[in-house]
Amino acid sequence: MPRVESYLRGEELPHVWCAGCGNGTIVRELIQAVDQLGWSKDEVAVIGGIGCSGRTPFILDFNTMHTTHGRALAFATGVKLARPELHVVVASGDGDASGIGGNHFIHACRRNIDLTLLVFNNGLYGQTGGQLAPTTPMGARTATTRTGNIDPPFDIAQLALAAGASFVARTTTFDNQDQEMKRFIQLALAHRGFSLVEVLCQCPTYFGRMNGLGDPHEMLFHLRDETLPLEELPEVLHRWEEQVRAQTVSLEQAKGMLPEELAGKILTGIFCNEDRPEYTQSYQELQQSLQTHDKQEKAGVA
Amino acid sequence: MKKRRLVQGNEACAQGGLYAGCDFYAGYPITPATEILEIMAREMPRQGRVFIQMEDEIASISAIIGAAWAGAKTMTATSGPGFSLMQEGIGYAAITETPCVIVDSQRWGPSTGQPTKTSQADLMQARWGTHGDHPVIVLTASGVRDTFEMTVEAFNFAERYRVPVILLLDEVLSHLREDIYWPEPGELEVIDREPPSSPEAFAPFGGHGFLPLGGGKRFNVTGMAHDKQGFVARGAQAAAGLRALMERIEGQTMTMARYSEEIPDDAETLIVAYGITVRAARRAVQLLAAEGLVAGLLELRTLWPFPAELLRGAIQGGQIKRVLVPELNLGQLVLEVERILAGQVPVARLGRVDGYLITPEQIAEAITEQAGPSAESKRQRRAAHATS
Repeated sequence: MPRVESYLRGEELPHVWCAGCGNGTIVRELIQAVDQLGWSKDEVAVIGGIGCSGRTPFILDFNTMHTTHGRALAFATGVKLARPELHVVVASGDGDASGIGGNHFIHACRRNIDLTLLVFNNGLYGQTGGQLAPTTPMGARTATTRTGNIDPPFDIAQLALAAGASFVARTTTFDNQDQEMKRFIQLALAHRGFSLVEVLCQCPTYFGRMNGLGDPHEMLFHLRDETLPLEELPEVLHRWEEQVRAQTVSLEQAKGMLPEELAGKILTGIFCNEDRPEYTQSYQELQQSLQTHDKQEKAGVA
Repeated sequence: MKKRRLVQGNEACAQGGLYAGCDFYAGYPITPATEILEIMAREMPRQGRVFIQMEDEIASISAIIGAAWAGAKTMTATSGPGFSLMQEGIGYAAITETPCVIVDSQRWGPSTGQPTKTSQADLMQARWGTHGDHPVIVLTASGVRDTFEMTVEAFNFAERYRVPVILLLDEVLSHLREDIYWPEPGELEVIDREPPSSPEAFAPFGGHGFLPLGGGKRFNVTGMAHDKQGFVARGAQAAAGLRALMERIEGQTMTMARYSEEIPDDAETLIVAYGITVRAARRAVQLLAAEGLVAGLLELRTLWPFPAELLRGAIQGGQIKRVLVPELNLGQLVLEVERILAGQVPVARLGRVDGYLITPEQIAEAITEQAGPSAESKRQRRAAHATS
């Protein structure tokens, strides 16, 4: 794939990721999505946080910034507002985005600022040796939950939806034959507003080893088995989703409508793709209306 | 006719930032710095500049660093609790040579303390608050016009040296109103970061000039130890990078020393003061003079890097017999003064930490006491002589 290689910084290869890690798959799909959109490298900025995923900026030949733990979205907000013509992509891990950076995450979603956030969700803190993350499934073993996790996890996609992101999608590194991840990333990049693509990815070194999930291939099959595309949801659940989101039914009613077969499944697909006022655009409109107002006032006084 | 305006310290600070060309401000409300945020919120959008209220102070400093790398002149303002949160970002800005201005209007105590009471107790935090060896410039001001000028200077230093610059105000100065001469456009020097000779020749770190992200050369910015291109450095290379970074600031200590020296030739006492306390010190000099004790005043506006040479120069000649450092804390700047004077002359401390200002009388009294019985009797003799 010569095209992909042309987007990588040769001097930064080989990258720091372990054999079998899912991060490379996400980076490859990001590159292909950018390439197919026809954007030049100069107009793309990739901003990473801290953690395994945070190393993404080093290897990509874009305008790149490797920031502090959890703050990538806040840095990116500054970059985007100061230079709205840049396409700004943020690469975060699940811990970076929903643990230490949880506050910045919900507020970036709320503002609906035109950033694309890719969350590399491997279910634990990989770079520090596999500790509990806010996304670690119940019962899973990590370096700090040796006998199984008792902390209920976050659902990052649902968190983004609740916080106001206007594009929310979730996929996995498994079975990318229909190029779902690339499609999602491409839609997210082209979307005007805050877009999240959460990618469930394998960490064979820690999650796999500590939970007896076998080699990377076996981990990918686990991802396949644990997820369920939104399209395959029973009709009743779609209705439930719509109703809950429209707040037309009580939670009591909704609870009674949950089908049994969904227990333990993680939904994948596009949860939301809506056109809503985007922050940099709204800010520019505010600037213009104030300037017009001041001009008129000045003319009126004169 | 020069224009005069009655303004508050915080307004002078905000307007100083606008005068200096600040085109990106991110902040979070906090007493006693909130007026800066509110003025920026009112002025910036109508002037075609960017203002954003972030979700906290960590986000605020992160956003201004991001904006600085996108080419903007940036600023934020806060007080103690927010300043503590910003330390992470200040370290990132220091190691990534990011020009930005951080205003800390000091308030009393650690933690929430007393939000509406004044203090000068963030001096050491401003220097060493973030982890690791790092360069930083810390300025302060003692009046409202001075606040305007030092805010402009903070931007100038940030731009010229590519370093975060901290401006220390305090609750009283922030809310003090003075009738000041309003700087005309062009009256104060405004420095902008220099572009590189060419985008191709540009290295983001350890070199000259500044090119923003998206400016025509693709590079990496990182808070990890890095080489000139922004890629990871280790060992001797990391050490060399850090030393060069420190040298770039500390090597310019006297160039960036801003101060005023009011030291009569026959002064035997020197008051070293900064910020709001300078005003009481200046009055104390007059009170002492009326009683026959000649004191001088060294007002420091640049606190870090500390102008050691200046202080040594002030006591040269052996005329100065004693030094007093009045400050609104339990002893911070005085540690530096003691270290530099290293026993050459006695250095006394005067601290006040009840949330109110040190008065001129307290300073005069401390000096009289420090001068000892001989000065006391001399003072009494002169006073008696004056009344007879």
